Amino acid sequence: MSAVIDDHGHEGHANGPAKGLMRWVLTTNHKDIGTLYLWFSFCMFLLGGSFAMVIRAELFQPGLQIVEPAFFNQMTTMHGLVMVFGAVMPAFVGLANWMIPLMIGAPDMALPRMNNFSFWLLPAAFLLLVSTLFTPGGGPNFGWTFYAPLSTTYAPESVTYFIFAIHLMGISSIMGAINVVATILNLRAPGMTLMKMPLFVWTWLITAFLLIAVMPVLAGCVTMMLMDIHFHTSFFSAAGGGDPVLFQHVFWFFGHPEVYIMILPAFGAVSSIIPAFSRKPLFGYTSMVYATASIAFLSFIVWAHHMFVVGIPLVGELFFMYATMLIAVPTGVKVFNWVSTMWQGELTFETPMLFAVAFVILFTIGGFSGLMLAIAPADFQYQDTYFVVAHFHYVLVPGAIFGIFASAYYWLPKWTGHMYDETLGKLHFWLSFIGMNMAFFPMHFVGLAGMPRRVPDYNLQFADFNMVSSIGAFTFGATQIFFLFIVIKTIRGGPPAPAKPWDGAEGLEWTVPSPAPYHTFVTPPDVSDREH
Amino acid sequence: MTDTERPTPRLVTRLLILVVAMFAFGFALVPIYDVMCKALGINGKTGGQYTQTQQVDDSRQVRVQFLATNNADMTWGFYPEAQEIVVHPGAVSEMLFVAQNPTSKAMTAQAIPSISPSTAAVYFHKTECFCFTQQMLQPGERIEMPVRFIVDRDLPKDVKHLTLAYTLFDITARMPPVVRPVAANGG
Repeated sequence: MSAVIDDHGHEGHANGPAKGLMRWVLTTNHKDIGTLYLWFSFCMFLLGGSFAMVIRAELFQPGLQIVEPAFFNQMTTMHGLVMVFGAVMPAFVGLANWMIPLMIGAPDMALPRMNNFSFWLLPAAFLLLVSTLFTPGGGPNFGWTFYAPLSTTYAPESVTYFIFAIHLMGISSIMGAINVVATILNLRAPGMTLMKMPLFVWTWLITAFLLIAVMPVLAGCVTMMLMDIHFHTSFFSAAGGGDPVLFQHVFWFFGHPEVYIMILPAFGAVSSIIPAFSRKPLFGYTSMVYATASIAFLSFIVWAHHMFVVGIPLVGELFFMYATMLIAVPTGVKVFNWVSTMWQGELTFETPMLFAVAFVILFTIGGFSGLMLAIAPADFQYQDTYFVVAHFHYVLVPGAIFGIFASAYYWLPKWTGHMYDETLGKLHFWLSFIGMNMAFFPMHFVGLAGMPRRVPDYNLQFADFNMVSSIGAFTFGATQIFFLFIVIKTIRGGPPAPAKPWDGAEGLEWTVPSPAPYHTFVTPPDVSDREH
Repeated sequence: MTDTERPTPRLVTRLLILVVAMFAFGFALVPIYDVMCKALGINGKTGGQYTQTQQVDDSRQVRVQFLATNNADMTWGFYPEAQEIVVHPGAVSEMLFVAQNPTSKAMTAQAIPSISPSTAAVYFHKTECFCFTQQMLQPGERIEMPVRFIVDRDLPKDVKHLTLAYTLFDITARMPPVVRPVAANGG
């Protein structure tokens, strides 16, 4: 496979990072930018998490006791926005920045300056978004899905800041995605054919195409909102001939691929981690690639399953119901492949493996509740209840976030040059696992019993389950401060990590020393004889 | 390697074209949605003015129910003269809606129709409707507004009951009314 090779021979004058703060502002190094993304994402994770703590504190008991309902609405909205756009997506971009060049034997990302710009747009975007909380009238309060006309006609003044923040995040994501595609397609080491790439690289390539396809649609959606609010157009206003339901179609055309954007890179990471700790090659590599591509394709034709109750014709309901159920097939292929990889393997359960195994089990639970929601006639009952909240937190917390934790522990020795403390890592895992299940499992029950989401108060019958949920959420939240401690401890010291700290691990990233030098693969490695 | 000289700029250009195309596609969804709604009757959207006539089917009766709703903050009196009538498919029927502006300022309103069940929307033809234009009412003014319609002979057999619902929106800010010095009373 062709690749662009810079053959000027940089080895002689390989330079380290610049000194001081400007190193981080001006850096074009993929490892620096990956680190920036990961830290930014962790800050946003704590911020979005603190919003969730406010929500769970209010819901600890029935009745209104801690915050005003208007502020509660801002918390649910900002929790969703910050977690989706600030925590999960940048974390995966950070992992991509760090690992993709190392995994394909490239010296850096294909477009290093654009890489710097796409990161630095994010703090600007979130500063704008979070600043709205301090404005008169408050921040966005219309839910992270910002349905019109709630987000247009009835929105607080700050909605314009929200729209601009979404534009900036969108530009950042699109540039990040273009960079990933250009890197993967053009900078692979000689001999690294597409079907030899690690699955994390494959899933990111497909995710990047999803981002390029749907982030512009989101940008269009918020632009239409902006024009409705300020320029008297009527895209979503029935009074002027528009239609609020159109908003939901445009939003979910973006929104459904978006949920796969948040999970596919985790699929890829777990597909590296499970074989490493099973000491067996990944079962069904080719089928994994095709399953990922199928999920990505199907994600474009299922969006209306979010809108079963708005009044789509019966044929439409049936189409979207069956198309949605079809996604279970490629997803099932993946789950069976992970299980088959573990089958008769020499398993050990270090922290990355614990998170990866929990990922497989708990993501599958989230997948099954997704299948329940896909059944159109049953969805009329579940719509807008805590059952939906339980479902998407089961796919996002033990899905996306456990995938990120697994990746962080797996590659932390490569990033820092130190082994993390295994006992503390395991403690982090078990507290997260227990806290997360305590927080979200009871939501299935209260949801099926009819507790509506996004409401600061509830019927007395839901009191016990909500208290359990809140205690679980507080446990999970506090545990993440502990994770911060573990990471800082690992950065500051610990047993030195060898180049390949996991005996079963495969991949080019383990051929460079730990910590990875500032410049790697200045001369591309020859991987003609390597397996993927 | 000769055919891959500077492949990155070319690839990035292509990807940027894709980005622009998808941005445009987001806006293209607006007309696509309208066309789909009108063609398939999704969301109860009715078509524009109907100019044809149809043979009356005396053997069949359909109940047509009328609803008049004010959108939030709209203060007009707005109601149909009858809750419900029974019509024959193919026949031209008429219903009068009354609108009255109780405020002390001239206002403009726009009525938006919707048909339920939504699958029947394509079989409901309006030959005349006050929703085709805007209503400007002086303070205290009251008007009667006709809607003439034909229920299509091809209306599916299982549909025996239609609801025509209007929502009245205040669009004074968007379309300021012409204020007449002497307000007319009654219409």
